[in-house]
Amino acid sequence: MPEDFREKHPSVWVDVHSSLFDPKRAHAMYNDFMDELEFAADCGFDGICVNEHHSNGYGLMPSPNLIASSLARRTQDTALCVMGNSLALYNPPTRVAEEFAMIDCISGGRLIAGFPVGSPMDTCYAYSQNPSMLRERYLEAHDLVIKAWTEKDTFAFNGRFNQQRYVNIWPRPVQDDPHPPVWIPGGGSVETWHWCAEMDYVYCYLSYYGYKAGMATMKGFWEEMQRLGKDANPYRAGFLQFVGVAETEEEAYKLYKEPAEYFYGRCLHIDPRFATPPGYTTEATMRAGIEGQVSRAARESKQALASVDKKAREFDAILENGYVIIGTPDQVAEKLREVATELNVGQLMLLLQFGNMSRDTAMYNTKLYAEQVMPQIKDLWEDKWENKWWPKPMAAKDRAVPLARNLQAAE
Amino acid sequence: MTELHAAAVRVNGHDCRVWSKGQGAPVGYLAGLAGLPKWPAFADALALERTVIAPSIPGFPGADGHKALDTTLDWIVAMRELLNGADLEGPPLIGVSIGATLAAEVAAMWPHKVEKLVLVAPFGIYDANEPTANPWAQQGQEFAPLFCNDTAAYGDFLRRPNDADPVEWPIVMNRAREASARMMWPLGDTGIVKRLHRILCPTLLIWGADDRVVPKSYARKFADRIAGPTEILEIPNAGHLVDIDQPAALAEAVLKFLK
Repeated sequence: MPEDFREKHPSVWVDVHSSLFDPKRAHAMYNDFMDELEFAADCGFDGICVNEHHSNGYGLMPSPNLIASSLARRTQDTALCVMGNSLALYNPPTRVAEEFAMIDCISGGRLIAGFPVGSPMDTCYAYSQNPSMLRERYLEAHDLVIKAWTEKDTFAFNGRFNQQRYVNIWPRPVQDDPHPPVWIPGGGSVETWHWCAEMDYVYCYLSYYGYKAGMATMKGFWEEMQRLGKDANPYRAGFLQFVGVAETEEEAYKLYKEPAEYFYGRCLHIDPRFATPPGYTTEATMRAGIEGQVSRAARESKQALASVDKKAREFDAILENGYVIIGTPDQVAEKLREVATELNVGQLMLLLQFGNMSRDTAMYNTKLYAEQVMPQIKDLWEDKWENKWWPKPMAAKDRAVPLARNLQAAE
Repeated sequence: MTELHAAAVRVNGHDCRVWSKGQGAPVGYLAGLAGLPKWPAFADALALERTVIAPSIPGFPGADGHKALDTTLDWIVAMRELLNGADLEGPPLIGVSIGATLAAEVAAMWPHKVEKLVLVAPFGIYDANEPTANPWAQQGQEFAPLFCNDTAAYGDFLRRPNDADPVEWPIVMNRAREASARMMWPLGDTGIVKRLHRILCPTLLIWGADDRVVPKSYARKFADRIAGPTEILEIPNAGHLVDIDQPAALAEAVLKFLK
């Protein structure tokens, strides 16, 4: 996106202009994305994640399933976290049951099935879903997908929004006891917390605003879990954090300043007109007064625009606010231990590539993290809690190994 | 009945408020996007000569139950039950904006149960060459100037009544926005063009001369399809919400048409 993107364009999402899209550049970028994710798998990450966005200038993945299926072939033991498919956007929703089952079969049972409601921009504007019915459709689609995975016989689904006379998906997931783990990304709606507790799913707070802003939400989540009589197993919760690791503090500052400012300055420029479609936020959540990340992003987007003269200090503010954690491996490890402990989070989801960060820098960040940070925090919960929400793949010896192909030699 | 009278009608198990005031023959009034947060000046002007009956549409202030309605047919049937309960099976109907859309739908579905029809800038038709504005993609401060000329009057109209709960009031007003979105999202063609030919009663189509939401040319698109005799009237210095911008002029035009 150009330097003057903020000034010249109203939004990175929904009506971002097509003249900014260069398919040849996208060719390189998609391949970079997949190189980076495959590299993370090679480095020993437990899982790699992809997500879904539509009409979005910084997230080029309308179909995360396409990327995940490629990753399924190019990785061996890593969990594939598709975070996820916005259920109400698929008609019929059994499409999600089928495609996720395909990924689970291809990968030998490594899928984590993410079911987001989806952002207002993705669902209500880019995909024109009715905001007042979105959650009802989402919940019904969820019931249909789970039943499609678990019901042995062909069945009829007679829902309020979906009616299918013959549901009988082929293939079925490898993880059939009872189905692949389900993770639910949420923005802080109380209904989502209750529902995750009821269904025993992982709740993931995917905020771009880091641990300081996430504290209130995660505190609210755990209080609600306690109230509902659920244990405090940290693996019930996922949390997203931007991280930049380098050999020295100075190097980290130098390396990650531009990508962070690019992301928070240019990418996160969302027109507030698309942030609050009526009915998207439930009345219970309005009453609870918890601010979703979208309205927050929109508000901060406008605020940042108003204070554009402070641009030189933006990175300092980003760090000060905890949006991004940077430092040496020891510093980052110490901080992340603190964050994971305070937020009581077992599924730590890291954004190690952000903004205009190059593939080389992303790989440097990934490698350094895997080699020097990961060992320092990996054991944080392992001896106290069981991660019941992790994929249970086929035994390695039973899994297919894709035939190695030397493309250069084939030319 | 010079005082405002409140009653309730049950629709799908939910209470819908019915306000009435005035004297003379009854006339139904279906309000626009915000519903009726309070009794408006337009209805007061009308009440000098007619008994104005204003039922609250499900989801709008004074009425719940929009969540039970999924399809256009659901909305139309709910309106029939609401109008019947409010003794509006037959009298003329006046609708503004989304209220006009529903009034037209009811008149098309039951053409012999509406004596006369006044439609003030209804939604329901979409022309890609001249698109309607999107009320649900506006920032707070952009909304009022887009919808009316007299933003101060609109502000007064929406302001929390003294007896309303301060925590609940923004939720009530948001519910009205949700209900209209539930009915109309994403604001394309609702299919009403296929039904307008069933409207047989005399119909007055009113547009604010400065309507920035539904283009004035849409008056003709509605009028040409309605089977009954139609008139088109443009009211000067009014935006989309003519009842807010020009309550007296609108009441005068309506009373003249109803005589």
